[in-house]
Amino acid sequence: MRKSIALHLGLIALLIVLQFVLPAYHHGNMARIMVMATYAMGYNIMFGYTGLLSLGHAMFFAAGLYGMGLSVQFLGMGVGPAFGMGLFASLTLSLVVGLLALRTLGVAFMIVTLMFSQTIFLVILYFNPYTRGDEGFVIQQSVRHIFGLDLSDPTIRYFAALVLFSTVLIGTLKLVQSNIGRVFIAIRENEPRAKMLGYDTWRHKLLSVVLSGTVSGAAGASYGILFGYVGASFAQVPYSIFPLLWVLLGGAGTVIGPFIGTLFMFYLIDLSSTVTDAYMLVVGVVLVLLTMFARNGLIGIVRERWAKWLP
Amino acid sequence: MAAVTLLSTRAVSKTYGGLKAVQNVDFILPKGEIRALIGPNGAGKTTFVSMLCGRIPVTSGVIEFEGTDVTALPDHKRISLGIAYTFQITSIFANLTVYENVALAVQRHHVGSDKNLKIQTKIALARVGLHPFSDQTAGDLAYGHQRLLEIAMGLGQTPKLLILDEPTQGLSDGEIDAFKTLIRDVAQTTTVLLIEHNIDVVMSLADQITVLNFGEIIAEGTPAQIHANAAVQTAYLGGDDA
Repeated sequence: MRKSIALHLGLIALLIVLQFVLPAYHHGNMARIMVMATYAMGYNIMFGYTGLLSLGHAMFFAAGLYGMGLSVQFLGMGVGPAFGMGLFASLTLSLVVGLLALRTLGVAFMIVTLMFSQTIFLVILYFNPYTRGDEGFVIQQSVRHIFGLDLSDPTIRYFAALVLFSTVLIGTLKLVQSNIGRVFIAIRENEPRAKMLGYDTWRHKLLSVVLSGTVSGAAGASYGILFGYVGASFAQVPYSIFPLLWVLLGGAGTVIGPFIGTLFMFYLIDLSSTVTDAYMLVVGVVLVLLTMFARNGLIGIVRERWAKWLP
Repeated sequence: MAAVTLLSTRAVSKTYGGLKAVQNVDFILPKGEIRALIGPNGAGKTTFVSMLCGRIPVTSGVIEFEGTDVTALPDHKRISLGIAYTFQITSIFANLTVYENVALAVQRHHVGSDKNLKIQTKIALARVGLHPFSDQTAGDLAYGHQRLLEIAMGLGQTPKLLILDEPTQGLSDGEIDAFKTLIRDVAQTTTVLLIEHNIDVVMSLADQITVLNFGEIIAEGTPAQIHANAAVQTAYLGGDDA
């Protein structure tokens, strides 16, 4: 317990230090990685800890993004309250999707989440006059202020991303070490047994979907605020697959894994694209090798070999 | 004898297609008893107790627990009323530690601090003698120890009714003796329904024995009565009229 808190606080401390030493290019990347890692951590609650594989998480990210963006655009809200609207939108959507999709299991669940997500994407396009779906819209720099701080400023943006990331990191750590987290894991490991211990596994799964969807929405809303862009591309299939890849690479069911996976994938693409135009080939080969030799992801291996205590 | 009825069934049946696995079972289990449920393979014992704890729905009939009709209640709700079931085929959380397995059993009904949860979990582990293995991965335990873990998970729930489905299967003689002592101790506070093939265990533990054959109760009585019962001998050994 102590070790795990030290590790996660250590990561946050490291990220604070990096703010001051990273060159501008990597500094900007890291802010983006922290927001996307938050998305991955949200995904991990459902997939890594509860064992529910969703192929439609882009809808929750997009619900947060558009819930925030439309509130700024049409209700004239500041980014603070608009962020709250993003959270509310993703919470509501995840509750509705959870209630419906959890009537199915396994592969059917994957397909149903994929379909819901496509529906949300098409709805965004359908309301194109408002959503500017295909091309997106910009959150004006003049709006991107909170408590008198300019969120488009790189340093402030970095710290804002860090606050979001740290909150979700520590929140996830607390969650998975709590009694509720223990039941999530029990459902992933052996759901019939969890029922036979008297747990209402359906309600726990619903809670997991709502937490996961809302955290993903928080990442979406933050992305729009910090990088100033809202568009339907974030509701498309690739954005449902990315968090799955990040979590698998980093280590499903580990608190720190989603961050490691996001970081790894980002720089894998970044570095290989400076070497060759066929960078997707490089990425593909690395992904295949990792799934062949590191099935539990990078942090999963660390946990197996050296650190069984990792949460 | 003014025994309070803990659990009863009226005309409970289970049919799979044309196969009658359990037929019209009327069963009364008084509070505080150790009841053994015996019968040849395929007699419907596991099917019957699975209907009691809600793992499988009844085809017809009524199940009452503490005087309330629980027939329509889903499994997890029945468990939270105070029925605990330990699986015949070991069903533990193989990738979690021994401690986590039992903590899951304890925490559902547990009120109080995390520290208290830890203590309760350790007590349940100590009762079956698994406390030295707390931090081991449950799936790495020897088979006999996994059986004991199942029982610890049953005890951890502090149930009113503990249903044990062939708990001594795969245990060594020494472990079986320890098991008998444990169940006698548990029975001070808990009613026990035991499916068991080991006749020695049944005879020395049970207050009453119910015998199932082809899904029907063919005899019920004290160990001595069952021992002398002709129908039971026929069911087990085969006979001219079988």
